[in-house]
Amino acid sequence: MASKLALFKASLLSHIACRSVHRSQIQLPCHVPVTIAQRGFAVSSRRRLMEMSGFTTEQMDVREAVSKICSKYPDEYWAEHDESGVYPHELHADLAKDGWIGIALPEELGGAGLGISEATMMLHTIAESGAGIAGAQSIHANVYATQPVAKFATPEQRHRMLPKLIAGETRTCFGVTEPNTGLETLKLKTTARKDGDSYLVSGQKIWISSAQVATKMVLLARTTPLEEVKKPSEGLSLFFVDLDKSAPGLELKRIKKMGGRAIDANEIFFDNFKISADTLIGKEGQGFKIVLHGMNAERCLLAGEALGIGYAALKRAANYANERVVFGRPIGMNQGIQHPLASAYMHLEAAKLATYHAARLYDSSTEDPTITQHAVGIACNSAKYLAAEAAFAACERAVSGSVLCCGGRPEIGCGCLD
Amino acid sequence: MSGLRILVPVKRVIDYAVKPRVNRTQTGVDTNVKHSMNPFDELSIEEAVRLRERKTPVQEILAFSAGPAKSADIIRTAMAMGADRGIHVQCNEGEELEPLGVAKLLKKVVEGEKSDLVILGKQSIDDDAAQTGQMLAGLLGWSQATQASKVQIEGDSVTVVREVDGGVETLKAKLPMVITTDLRLNEPRYASLPNIMKAKKKPLEKKTLKDYGLDTAPRLKTVKVTEPPARKGGVKVDDVDGMISKLKELGAL
Repeated sequence: MASKLALFKASLLSHIACRSVHRSQIQLPCHVPVTIAQRGFAVSSRRRLMEMSGFTTEQMDVREAVSKICSKYPDEYWAEHDESGVYPHELHADLAKDGWIGIALPEELGGAGLGISEATMMLHTIAESGAGIAGAQSIHANVYATQPVAKFATPEQRHRMLPKLIAGETRTCFGVTEPNTGLETLKLKTTARKDGDSYLVSGQKIWISSAQVATKMVLLARTTPLEEVKKPSEGLSLFFVDLDKSAPGLELKRIKKMGGRAIDANEIFFDNFKISADTLIGKEGQGFKIVLHGMNAERCLLAGEALGIGYAALKRAANYANERVVFGRPIGMNQGIQHPLASAYMHLEAAKLATYHAARLYDSSTEDPTITQHAVGIACNSAKYLAAEAAFAACERAVSGSVLCCGGRPEIGCGCLD
Repeated sequence: MSGLRILVPVKRVIDYAVKPRVNRTQTGVDTNVKHSMNPFDELSIEEAVRLRERKTPVQEILAFSAGPAKSADIIRTAMAMGADRGIHVQCNEGEELEPLGVAKLLKKVVEGEKSDLVILGKQSIDDDAAQTGQMLAGLLGWSQATQASKVQIEGDSVTVVREVDGGVETLKAKLPMVITTDLRLNEPRYASLPNIMKAKKKPLEKKTLKDYGLDTAPRLKTVKVTEPPARKGGVKVDDVDGMISKLKELGAL
C-alpha cells in the first residue's frame, strides 16, 4: 500500500495521456454511449514494445487469450466508465465466463490451477489493453484475496466459498486497510468479538475497492486486544464474510477519486456487524501470517498492472512521436524526445524482470523450502515499487511529450521543454 | 454411421492486424511479426464444434496443419476451441507448400484418418489463393460447397447456404464432402482458460512431409514482391457539381 499513491498517480496520468492524444486528433464525443465491440478476429498491436522472450507458454497463452477479450473494450468504453463511475460489469462477466477469475485457484473448485506468474500476466494484459488500473481492479481482489482462502480454509469452506466466485456469481473485496493503520497492519483496530456462533465486528476500514459491487469480503480484524497479544504478529484473524449491505451494523461511503473512477473506493463502518463464526479462515489469531499470502500475491498483480499501464503509455507516446510533425519532421526524430522514451522503456523492462521474478518466487516457494517467505516478500514489494516507479515515469513522459506538442497546457504551452 | 469424422485444416498466418512489409530482397514479406490462426480457419473450427454442440453426431474433430514448428501453437488453439486432437506436419525452410501440394497432403490425411467431412477456410489471408478446398474436393472426387454461410447436416445429407452475387444460394449434397467457410458462418468463440489448459493434454501428432511420400515440389516461382504504389493525394471539390464534373473528367462516370 506504500505505493498506492504512486500507482494511483500512474493510472491518472495514463488516463490523461490517452485523452490528450485522442482529443487532439479525433475529438471524442464523450456523451455518446459506447457499445462493446463484437468479437473480432485475433488482434495484435502493430508495435510490439515489450520484449517477450523468456515467458512461459502458459504466460504467452494467457496474454494472447486475455488480450482477445480485452480488444472488445475500446478506449471509449473506459473513458465513459471513468466519467460515469459505473463498474465494468461486462468485462467481469466476460472474464468469468471463460474461467479467468479462477486462474490461480485450484482445479477441483473450478479454477485453472495456474499460479501468480500467470495471473500477473493476465492483469498486466488487462491494464495494457487500455483498461488501466480500473479494468484490472474490476477483478484483481478476486484473484489475490482468494489465495489465502484457497490455502488456509478447510475443504468444506473452500467448496462453500470459492466456486461461485470463480463462476462470477459472487465477487469479493479485500478489507484490510484502516485509517491511520494502512502500513502498520499489525496495529489494526477493527475488532471481531466472539459471541456464541458469531463474531461481532466493530471499527472502520478505508480505501476498500469495489465494495459497492462485492457481496463478499476478505476481512482482517483483531480478535485479541493489542495489549494482550503474546507475539506482535498474532491477535489478528482472517474471515471470508458476506457483505450484506442491508444488514445492521454495516455502512459504506463511496470516496471520490481523481482517476480510476469506474471502480468504487469506500470507507466502511462496522458497528457490531454480525458475521458467522464459520467464516473464520485458519486459526484465530493467525490472520496476519495468513493474509501475507494474499498480500504478496497482490503486490505481484499490482506490479503487473503498473507495467501494463507503463507500456500502454509508452506505446502511445511512441506512436505520437512518429506521427506528430513539427518543423517538417516527426518529433520522434529528435533526441530530446527519443532519450526520455528510451529511458522509460529500459526502466519498464527492468521492472518487468523484477515483477516476473517475484511472481516466480511466490509460485515456487510452495514447493521449494529454500525460498523463504521473507525472500518472497522482499521480491514482491520491490517489484511493486519498481513497476510503479517505471510506470509513473513512462506516463509522465508520455504526457509531457504529447502535451508539450499539442500546446494543451498553459503553463508549458509556449514551447518545448523536452 | 457412428458419427462424423471431421477434418479441419488450419494455417498459421501473419496476424490480420499486422501490416505486412515487403522484405529487402523483394522475395516476400517480413515474417518476423506476430502470427495467428488464419481467421477463416477459426470459423471452420467453430463450425465443427457447433455441429457437435447442435447434437449432430460427431465422432471426432481433427485439427491439421502443415508448416513451421510454430504452427503447433495454432493447432493448440484449435484444440482449445474444441478440436479433439491434432496432426502437425512440420515443414522446414524450403519446403513451403502451394495449394496443390496442400490439397494432395490433405487427401492423404483424409484417407488415413477416414474423414468424411473437411471444413476449411475459403482462403488464407496471406496468399489469398482460395484454391485448396476446391482442389481437395477435385482430388477426392467429393462434393464441395464453398463460402458457406450456413451448414446443416441430417444423416448423410448436408445443406449449405452460401452468399453469392445478388443473393443466397442453397446447396444440398451427400457426405462425404468438402465445405469452405465464409465470414458470416458464425462468430468464433474465445478459448476459455480451462479449455486452454485441457488442450495442452490433447494428443498432437508430429509428422514430416516424407511420411506422406508426396510430390509437393513447387510449380510456381515468386518473381518479385513489391509494395503497392503509394497513394496519391486527393483533390478537394467545392460542391456536388464539382464532384460530378471531376468524376466525368476521370472517366469514372
